[in-house]
Amino acid sequence: MPGVDAPKHEKARSFVIDDKEKGIFLLDREALVSEEVLRAEVANIFSKCWIYVGHGSELKKNGDFQTRQVAGRPVIFARDAKGEVRCFFNTCRHRGALVCTERQGNLRRFACVYHGWIYNNDGKLARVPGDEAYMESFDTSGLGLKSPARFEQYRDFWFMCLDPNVQSLTDYLGKATDYIDLVIDQSPSGTMEVLHGTQEYDVQANWKLMVENSVDDYHLPTTHSTWLNFMANSGVVVEPPKDKDLVLPTRGFAFDLGNGHFTTDNVNFRGRPVAAWIPLYGEKAKPEMTAIREELVTRLGADRARRVADTNRNLVIFPNLVINDGSSVTIRTFYPDGPAKMHVTAWALGPVEESEDARARRLDAFLTFYGPGGFATPDDVEALELVQQGLANWSDDRWSEMSRGMGREGEQLNSDEHHLRTFWRHWNKMICGAQS
Amino acid sequence: MNAPANVLANVQVTRAEVEDFFYREAALLDEWKLNEWQELLTDDATYYVPPNDDLEGSYKNTLYIISDDRERIRQRVIRVLDPNCHAEYPKSRTCRLITNVRILGVEGDLVTATANFVVYRYRRYQREFSYVGTYRFILRKTGDSFLIKERRVFLHAHELGKLGSVSFIL
Repeated sequence: MPGVDAPKHEKARSFVIDDKEKGIFLLDREALVSEEVLRAEVANIFSKCWIYVGHGSELKKNGDFQTRQVAGRPVIFARDAKGEVRCFFNTCRHRGALVCTERQGNLRRFACVYHGWIYNNDGKLARVPGDEAYMESFDTSGLGLKSPARFEQYRDFWFMCLDPNVQSLTDYLGKATDYIDLVIDQSPSGTMEVLHGTQEYDVQANWKLMVENSVDDYHLPTTHSTWLNFMANSGVVVEPPKDKDLVLPTRGFAFDLGNGHFTTDNVNFRGRPVAAWIPLYGEKAKPEMTAIREELVTRLGADRARRVADTNRNLVIFPNLVINDGSSVTIRTFYPDGPAKMHVTAWALGPVEESEDARARRLDAFLTFYGPGGFATPDDVEALELVQQGLANWSDDRWSEMSRGMGREGEQLNSDEHHLRTFWRHWNKMICGAQS
Repeated sequence: MNAPANVLANVQVTRAEVEDFFYREAALLDEWKLNEWQELLTDDATYYVPPNDDLEGSYKNTLYIISDDRERIRQRVIRVLDPNCHAEYPKSRTCRLITNVRILGVEGDLVTATANFVVYRYRRYQREFSYVGTYRFILRKTGDSFLIKERRVFLHAHELGKLGSVSFIL
């Protein structure tokens, strides 16, 4: 907003109260409602961190492209004529119009419809109509489509960063790469692909509530009781937890992976299209799923195969990429459109060599839980919107309570709030560090 | 005259009959009479909402929004009628406007029919959604009415974000 100065604080303010002695962690709810905070997030987080753009498999052939919003910025994600993966701002260098208006396709050139400037799919400016009107010294070589300052990939997951001085993507991901590798290990050739079909749903809630929700296993029994009921009706017996510190049938953990990334890591109880059969998949699926598991054991050894097939992991790459390896594999990203609204996009990911039956099973399993028509996601969306609606009282009811599991030594449970605190501590540092 | 058993004479069907059926279904859905609505389905009925970026892709290799077989429809109804289905409690109010009804083809007792629709959905907190699309149904003519064998719903928006959840029967 023009004319609004950056907030001037005498010294760094903090949005969290983090009292380890008393075992109290509180979040200032202003963080979830304020325009000022959102501006700070755009400047200090979305302009400084690596942000997920897309997966290389979405660009199968040279010339393939996808246009999308990445953290609110229109970009073209493309494979050029030589096969190199590229990312451009979808903005004409001449007067600023979008140069590509199709959602996806295959093109050798991007043409601006306004004055007809044309760019090759490697971004180079190829043609300026009526170029005799420019002086001889007019240099078009520097007028190719602009790209984000940095654009790098880890195992075909492509990210951009607007800050030229950021550390390399691999360093940024750090220990999170182990968890990405674990997802990719489902594929015998180590090659996963994004499947056709995109899910999109706006949520009338602050984007950080989706970060929390994506890894919050405390909410499952209440928010998703109808999903648990559906599982029971489908013959999946979900036993109540035996230990009194658990809310889920199996023990699961949460890990801080550094740089604001974190994950849950749970022993599976809900079936997995990769080799953990449940009645929902049908008797017919058993032989193939047994074979998939045998392949995992042969290739990876028994321990690693168990990690791949028998654990669910919800991974957050700071700030806004979630990879859920649960009832199916989802890639989910979201970005704010104002403090009380976000756009969510989700894709399904699967091994390239998967059989037709296994692929259908993966997609069906996806829909039992995830997406705007799934048996769980709509209730998550509802819960987040209820939070945002309740937060209208933030100035008089200021603090969210996030102390669950504060006193726990050693390993942290997935149903505690340790990993949420990990997020908020990192977020707080990035926002308040810059305000001081 | 022994015609092969699997070749039925095409049934006679008028647009008015199909239209009446669409209206009757719409009323049951808008009134949340979902158990009665299920009586309109064949035992092998399916319900599909494909993603709008791949409307003709198969549910076997494309991520749909909804891809239900008969059993999944039954489970969906159990879920959305449960007060613990938070996305639909309190229930949305919906109002369906159905128009442009066309019969595309008749094969034996199966009738393929399409209709355009607008479904207005209202939630508390002044939330309003407009779902604009086309129904493509495969109907089985039974006596003087129909049963739904396949219920396919195409959404026309370029981007689906604004529509939020599809937590009711679209």
